[in-house]
Amino acid sequence: MPEREITYREAVREAMVGAMRENDEVFLMGEDVGVYGGAFGVSRGMIEEFGEERVVDTPISEAGYVGLCTGAALMGMRPIAEIQFSDFMTHCMDQLVNQAAKIRYMFGGEGRVPMVVRTPGGAGTGAAAQHSQSLEAWFVHTPGLKVVMPSTPYDAKGLLLSAIDDPNTVIFYEHKLLYNKKGTVPEEPYRVPLGEANVSRIGDDVTIVTAGLMHHYVLEAAEALADAGVEAEVVDLRTLSPMDDAAVRRSIEKTGKLVVVEEDVKTAGWGAEVVSRIVEGESFYSLDRAPARVAGADVPIPYNRDLEAHVRPTPEKVVEAVRNLVDARKGVYA
Amino acid sequence: MQNDGKRVELLRQMLLSRHFDEKVNDLYAEGKVHGTAHFYVGQESVAVGAIAALKEGDVITSTHRGHGHAIAFGLDVDRMAAELLGQATGYCHGKGGSMHIADVGAGMLGANGIVGGSMGIACGAAWAFKRRGQDNAAICFFGEGATNEGIFHETLNMAAIWKLPVVFLCENNQYGMSMSVKKATAIENISDRASAYGMPGVTVAGSTLDEVYNATREALERARAGEGPTLMEAITYRYLGHSKSDANLYRTREEIATWRKQDPIQRFATVLEGEGVLERDEWRKLDEETRLRIEEAFEKASREPDPQPESALEDVYA
Repeated sequence: MPEREITYREAVREAMVGAMRENDEVFLMGEDVGVYGGAFGVSRGMIEEFGEERVVDTPISEAGYVGLCTGAALMGMRPIAEIQFSDFMTHCMDQLVNQAAKIRYMFGGEGRVPMVVRTPGGAGTGAAAQHSQSLEAWFVHTPGLKVVMPSTPYDAKGLLLSAIDDPNTVIFYEHKLLYNKKGTVPEEPYRVPLGEANVSRIGDDVTIVTAGLMHHYVLEAAEALADAGVEAEVVDLRTLSPMDDAAVRRSIEKTGKLVVVEEDVKTAGWGAEVVSRIVEGESFYSLDRAPARVAGADVPIPYNRDLEAHVRPTPEKVVEAVRNLVDARKGVYA
Repeated sequence: MQNDGKRVELLRQMLLSRHFDEKVNDLYAEGKVHGTAHFYVGQESVAVGAIAALKEGDVITSTHRGHGHAIAFGLDVDRMAAELLGQATGYCHGKGGSMHIADVGAGMLGANGIVGGSMGIACGAAWAFKRRGQDNAAICFFGEGATNEGIFHETLNMAAIWKLPVVFLCENNQYGMSMSVKKATAIENISDRASAYGMPGVTVAGSTLDEVYNATREALERARAGEGPTLMEAITYRYLGHSKSDANLYRTREEIATWRKQDPIQRFATVLEGEGVLERDEWRKLDEETRLRIEEAFEKASREPDPQPESALEDVYA
């Protein structure tokens, strides 16, 4: 039987549909998720199966409905909140950071908030500064939240099912440019564990750590590098928090070189955390070159196509960073 | 309303609440508690009157000024005292303190350090009741200060369109920290805002327990009948400062004295006397009994163990 290929969008939907068929306490709530099918069509067709009680169109009230989902989760339900663009997470920061993330801890371990907040992040769509950000590092910086950023349809389905099962609040980052990406996805339900990176390409010369859409840029760069005789090992983190730095460590023990590729802005991005975890411990001595980061420029995302491309990571920028790193001459860094 | 025994119990709860907060206030003054707390003294009839109208399985969400709600909901004053002292046996095992006392299993979904922070949570509990077909409801307590937060608008609107079984109970104690409600809003009554959401709004004298009870009962009946939320406003007053560090520069002694004359506990005790439910010396005895109960709670709490340092790293994730 040929392997089935579906899009990332369909994989996310399939996870939600599967979870909702399995468990009556799972529901989806967000702006235009009903008949419209969500701004990116992820929930299309779901309201027809589950009705408006479980696929719930909300007013434009992100704080309100994320707060509501927090309360429903505290009562034992399994809400999935969709935030139309991840930029709008700013509207519900109090609910996520002060409430959902802290309830369990503040209450001394009595109570939990098993909620998933799905949201598309990232640039590359010409949507400019308020619809293109990658703000996931904010949530990586918040104990009590888990942050997931799948790059493939297979991981999207398996990680979302794990996120819905998880007893904690999980921020689930999708990417607008991944929704149409196709990949092999089994029809039956399966779980990809949270907090486990995936080594998606084996190589001996350099370790490239990445997540989300950038994983595809890195794989493209890795092919170009291979043509030039540099074999990159690619670590797709998949979950940013908790971060599987052990997988990164294992890889650099072999390669001795680390490049992190992330779409968010470089300053205080999650890539800085990857680098810190490697250089502050014993694994520092596994490195034979200083690590490098390829990240978004420290600017808002501009509208013009060329300007936007200029500030974002690209496969070419990744190739350049790796070439500089493996260059035998000292001090030639990106 | 309730039978005589229940009414005496309500007086006892108000007295417990009063003595608890007065004791905590003293402990702060003596430097025996660290952190901060917000005192409910003067507002007891609101929590006790409203919560008396709940039934088994109902829930509440509270505020930063939450001791009174917790006591009225039936939380154990020993464990509350232990939490205030940061002990391992407190409700939050020493991790929450005054502003996070909760008993989720019992339906007390938490005090909350963020103004308006629990309004979404209350709606979520109400959502769960509705989805599960349960005949239960939530009371969401908040101050008048919270009504100028964005989440007030968002949650009242959502609760109204989905007819959620929730009672929004605004305790208008006249000040958001130092900001007078008269300066903070241009409307006469907070409950006037209800009309903007298509729900009933009602203002009651918060210092009269029976008024609070009756209005809450009516709002809960409406909620349980699937008719949706109510915005209730209880006019009340906090005698003590906003928190332990308040020098009361924004109001006068006379104003405080005027409100103290309509003290909710005195009022309710006098009503019970008039009804022949309680003699004056029985009331005095109850006052003394509850005072000693609180003394005992803090005395006991002071002998409870401190949490293990390692526990500070636990319970971030389930």
